[in-house]
Amino acid sequence: MIEIKNIHKTFGENHVLQGISAEFAEGKCNLIIGGSGSGKTTLLKCMVGLHEPEEGSVIYDGRDFTRMNFATRIEIRTEIGMLFQGSALFDSMNVEDNIMFPINMFTNQSHKEKLDRANFCLERVNLAGKNKLFPAELSGGMKKRVGIARAIAMTPKYLFVDEPNSGLDPKTAIIIDELIQELTTEYNTTTVVVTHDMNSVMGIGENIIFLHEGKKWWEGTNKEISSTDNKELNEFVFASKFMQALQKK
Amino acid sequence: MIFHPLGKYILLLKAVFRRPEKWNIYKKEIFHEMVSIGVGSLGIIAIISVFLGAVTTVQTAFQLVSDLIPKSVIGMILRDSSILELSPTISAVVLAGKVGSSVASQIGTMRVTEQIDALEIMGINSPGYLILPKIIAAVTTIPLLVIISIGLSITGGYFAGTASGALTEQDFITGITTDFNTFTFTVCMVKAVIFAFIITSVSAYQGFYTSGGALEVGQSSTKAVVISCIAILFSDYVIAQLLL
Repeated sequence: MIEIKNIHKTFGENHVLQGISAEFAEGKCNLIIGGSGSGKTTLLKCMVGLHEPEEGSVIYDGRDFTRMNFATRIEIRTEIGMLFQGSALFDSMNVEDNIMFPINMFTNQSHKEKLDRANFCLERVNLAGKNKLFPAELSGGMKKRVGIARAIAMTPKYLFVDEPNSGLDPKTAIIIDELIQELTTEYNTTTVVVTHDMNSVMGIGENIIFLHEGKKWWEGTNKEISSTDNKELNEFVFASKFMQALQKK
Repeated sequence: MIFHPLGKYILLLKAVFRRPEKWNIYKKEIFHEMVSIGVGSLGIIAIISVFLGAVTTVQTAFQLVSDLIPKSVIGMILRDSSILELSPTISAVVLAGKVGSSVASQIGTMRVTEQIDALEIMGINSPGYLILPKIIAAVTTIPLLVIISIGLSITGGYFAGTASGALTEQDFITGITTDFNTFTFTVCMVKAVIFAFIITSVSAYQGFYTSGGALEVGQSSTKAVVISCIAILFSDYVIAQLLL
């Protein structure tokens, strides 16, 4: 479980996160949703230590990440897998080397063991046999899947996903969402997904946090979201004509 | 104004020299960078060195019109100016353009495409992994390039001098072998190591703190070359003042 308490983050005059507290349960897909500029990605980056919050704490199963130094954070970081919005695959390495990279860095496994693990991860994301391709040769959906394969290479306890469906067609987006949910259940990870895609929200949102103007505005499940009377959340959820038509039905 | 970036640069260097996670992986990266920086720059260094030597010989011969000065002095001037100034400094300025821009744009692109964030999430010391191999590779290969440059510069001078009739082969050989002070070579190597460190560390700093997109990567690359060149020329003066 990940707990965040009273997170504040400011960029210059812009108070992006204003005292956000939440809990992200183990074995569940926890979604952080909100409009552009609401602070979703900033919150995610504060949670993984890419940004340092001015106030508040991030606690991983009782371990206060925000009070740790670089050396002690490594222990938690090796338990984290993350899929970035642009996949962030290393351009100079092929698919196989990308996946084996964290294993190479933090384990003393033999080459065969590492290769077996890379092949297993690739099979898990339905990309078996694509080992030798370079990121430039992959489609957007394939890059995301390789990103997921790299994120699960070290069997993470915590999985962070930033905008998994951006730039993908609806069918591929659903495949990625399903994959994230399957992996969450399979590895019992604490999964945190930042998204503004309503298909993801309705499909995998077991626990949803809605951010608005840097504050936690609403919390609930995908079953509760369509019946809420929260004005700002309704404006966000039912912004598209398609969702408005669904609401009328 | 200068203190903030200088402080950031020093903090970055502190992170660069943190103990590596796994030396084996760093070693592989160092050899890869040695090929990229050393072997990759051999062509351009060879071309500029030959022409620098040739031009220096021809122009020195043009200026030495007095019959009282022996022609062998041309060889001496070429040797000393190649070792002390032309080979280390001009090579460093050219390498700041070639290697520096490549380092800044490579690391800058990794920054804007979140590849550096990915390294940090994995628990890897990203400045160490990305910059240390480049610095080690540069400080080992650039002095070698400078030695090659000295040799080629003197060879270029020999061919230009003898072909143009400015001096005879015997004068040239007498010139380059007379009164050689080995300390000039020490100064040359000190310069080469310091310039190599400046090129890679300044360019890596520019790349590492890039924010934005493709436009900013280009700007970082340009800044890396400009700042490296200024730092090289400034440290060239300081080294000369201190050592000579």
